[in-house]
Amino acid sequence: MSALVVKDLTKSFGGLRVTRGVNLDVAEGERHLILGPNGAGKTTLFNLITGDFLPDSGSVMLQGRDITRAPARQRAHLGLGRTYQIITLFGRDTILRNVTLAALGLSLRRWNPFVNLDAQADLEASAMAALARVGLSHAAHRLLGETSYGERRRVEIAMALVQAPKVLLLDEPFAGLSVDERRDVQKLLMSMPRDITMVMIEHDMDVALDFADRITLLNFGEVVVQGTRAEIVADPRTREVYLGS
Amino acid sequence: MKRRLPSMTAALVVVAAMATLPLWLANTYYINVASQILFWAIFALGLNVLVGYAGLTSLGHAALFAMSGYTAAIVVTAGGAHLLGAVAAIAMTVATAAVFAVLALRATGIGFLMITLALGQIVWGIAYRWAALTNGDNGINFKTRPQPFGIDLTSAPAFYYAVLLVFLTAVMTMAVFVRSPLGAAVRGTRDQPRRMTALGYNVWLVRFAAFLLSGFWTAVAGLLFLYYNQFISPQVAALQTSAEALLMVISGGTATILGPIAGAAIVVVMKTVVSAYVERWNMVLGIIFVLIISFMPDGLVPGISRLVRSMWPQRRSNVTGERAAKAASEARP
Amino acid sequence: MNLWLVLAINSVTLGGLLFLLSAGFSLIFGLMRIPNLMHGSFFMLGAYMGSAFLKQGLGFWPAALASAIGMAVLGGLVERLLLRRLAGQELAQVLLTLGMSFIIADACLMIWTGDPIQPATPPDLRGAVTTAGLVFPIYRIAIVGVAVAMAVALWLLIDRTRIGAMIRAGVDDAPIARVVGIKVSQLFTLVFCLGAALAAFAGVVGSPYLSIYPGLDAEMLPLALIVVILGGAGSLLGALLGSFIIGFLYNFGQALFPDLAYVILFVPMVLVLVLRPQGLFGRAAL
Repeated sequence: MSALVVKDLTKSFGGLRVTRGVNLDVAEGERHLILGPNGAGKTTLFNLITGDFLPDSGSVMLQGRDITRAPARQRAHLGLGRTYQIITLFGRDTILRNVTLAALGLSLRRWNPFVNLDAQADLEASAMAALARVGLSHAAHRLLGETSYGERRRVEIAMALVQAPKVLLLDEPFAGLSVDERRDVQKLLMSMPRDITMVMIEHDMDVALDFADRITLLNFGEVVVQGTRAEIVADPRTREVYLGS
Repeated sequence: MKRRLPSMTAALVVVAAMATLPLWLANTYYINVASQILFWAIFALGLNVLVGYAGLTSLGHAALFAMSGYTAAIVVTAGGAHLLGAVAAIAMTVATAAVFAVLALRATGIGFLMITLALGQIVWGIAYRWAALTNGDNGINFKTRPQPFGIDLTSAPAFYYAVLLVFLTAVMTMAVFVRSPLGAAVRGTRDQPRRMTALGYNVWLVRFAAFLLSGFWTAVAGLLFLYYNQFISPQVAALQTSAEALLMVISGGTATILGPIAGAAIVVVMKTVVSAYVERWNMVLGIIFVLIISFMPDGLVPGISRLVRSMWPQRRSNVTGERAAKAASEARP
Repeated sequence: MNLWLVLAINSVTLGGLLFLLSAGFSLIFGLMRIPNLMHGSFFMLGAYMGSAFLKQGLGFWPAALASAIGMAVLGGLVERLLLRRLAGQELAQVLLTLGMSFIIADACLMIWTGDPIQPATPPDLRGAVTTAGLVFPIYRIAIVGVAVAMAVALWLLIDRTRIGAMIRAGVDDAPIARVVGIKVSQLFTLVFCLGAALAAFAGVVGSPYLSIYPGLDAEMLPLALIVVILGGAGSLLGALLGSFIIGFLYNFGQALFPDLAYVILFVPMVLVLVLRPQGLFGRAAL
């Protein structure tokens, strides 16, 4: 069974069609890269998959389950995780609290007004474990506002990991990072276990090629080519999109 | 958690001072002022759940405050027991808060403010015009204070102790709420609603819960207001009352527990002092409003606690530290 | 005399007044994104100032005009000196207008005391005309006439002039308007002055019919609020339609369910919120 299937997904804003009949089939454990220049409709595609927007037509299936119309919050409970291109974290809280909040999101305890969140040892332990995986154990108690951009990226990833997603969507995880930071994040993503299926958006081809099993090239909201790394690199249409004909 | 010690000591001192207040302030007038401060503080704490923690500014809370008082007054005047009146008042107010929430939560920010303002006016209209039910402009006289467990609350100190007990309960549950998972979720929906949705939170329902909690404490405060004044009139439901409560929250500092309490003390004391000399309380209320908003949007408590923190840099408690990373959140790209 | 007809005339009259009041409220909301909670105060203070001018021997319409100009100046000062300092902080701006409304209300109480004032109807407009056995009070008709004239003038201003085009651009999208070189901050002042003047004018025109008393501000503000929630922010047509809906509801409600008349006013607002939160004519504003 495929982890994520997108069928004929179409979305317009006003008269502008930003996604036109996009198809995507991501196998369990696959690393899938969505390439495309700025404005190709990559982030919109993610927003349709996560339920931030509802599509005009088409469907989204997560592990065989139709989630096209499911509310965004429910998709998190079904195992869909996401990181954002523009980092939106809770700047007044510590790194640990940010990750704990993510862990709490899937726990029924989030409705409890009577206990101390800091005393929820299991949530804190899983948050610490997620932070260990992204190499931030030492910084857990720092205020998020006092961290570097690269660290925030890793906090983003930790927040996704702590929810143990089956499918993880990564929206330009390298954007705005220095060369060193980029290498760290790259290493981190490569080390992820295969029980997490990953779909990554990137506009810069060179950054993410190593990561991908399969690649989808998007332009003007449409799939241009789809295939393995080698196929995409060899395909003349790739060059067309990136270099202009 | 060594840093907890000084604040625990301070809290104990304050509670001890409050508990012995009628002894060292043996003057009915001042004891009554203290009682007023306490139930207004409960109102402000309730409103702060929405304004401070959920980031939703309500201008309709006077309606909930009055709804509670009116319900109890009507039930008891009709011959119902005090207990029935109190239970009905809280149930009715929380139900009204639920209706308000359903309508007002279609928006946030300014839209939320406008809708709550309009909804508050509806309740004011009922209190003012539906004379058959509410006795209109004349208001309702409430003959006797309740006697919980047979204790007579007629005297100022007795009533003060009753209010103090409720107040301390409110403060403690509020302190627990602020540190609780739901409290964290409410603040999360204030700061990053979209992110919270992606993390699996039902943002609407979290806000709804905050509204109900806010409505509950507003109802409790409204009841105490009725017991204290033994009278309620449409003026209680007016926009001005909502504005006063909001002023308490923002003058003290939103999203803190001390803030609304300090704000209630400031506003009640000012109102008492000003009203004793001139009739110009509305003018003073307006001027304070304009001054605070123009020059001290943070409120007094965060301002002072920032000062305290700069003296002891290692102090960083969760409650007062709400603003600590304000700069941090502003630095966010 | 037919009760229904009287009610209908009163409804149209109130609708006209409400339009004068809420057109400015709607434009300010549309452009600056804040509900001006001083708007009822502008109405009441305008009415009081008009009554003062009348006392000085000024004619009715000159008094209305003078009051409107005075209020425009006051509105401009508030915008320039107070609201401007809080640019971009809509919530703080709203609360500031709320604070100002208390100051104005108390100042009025101080100057004009709590006794209601009812200025005389202008002499030329007293009495009634009788047509086909029906009696129409002239002054009521005059109010409607003035409101219609103002509506047309406003529509021409917004739809046909350069300033109007800028205001429309600002209502649509202030950042873009700024980019194409429109001085949005000057528009803010202009629209604020205009709204204040219209509210004051409405206050004077309405005063022989409503009379002036403390609390008039708090009574008018929610009406403007409902009209704008009904009609949508920044929409003159919406304000017009909303005003007449509320005018009719108010008068018929008073006659049929006097206890709940005030509550009935809010019913269409609640319906609009549930069914169409952006208002009858507005874009997504809330």
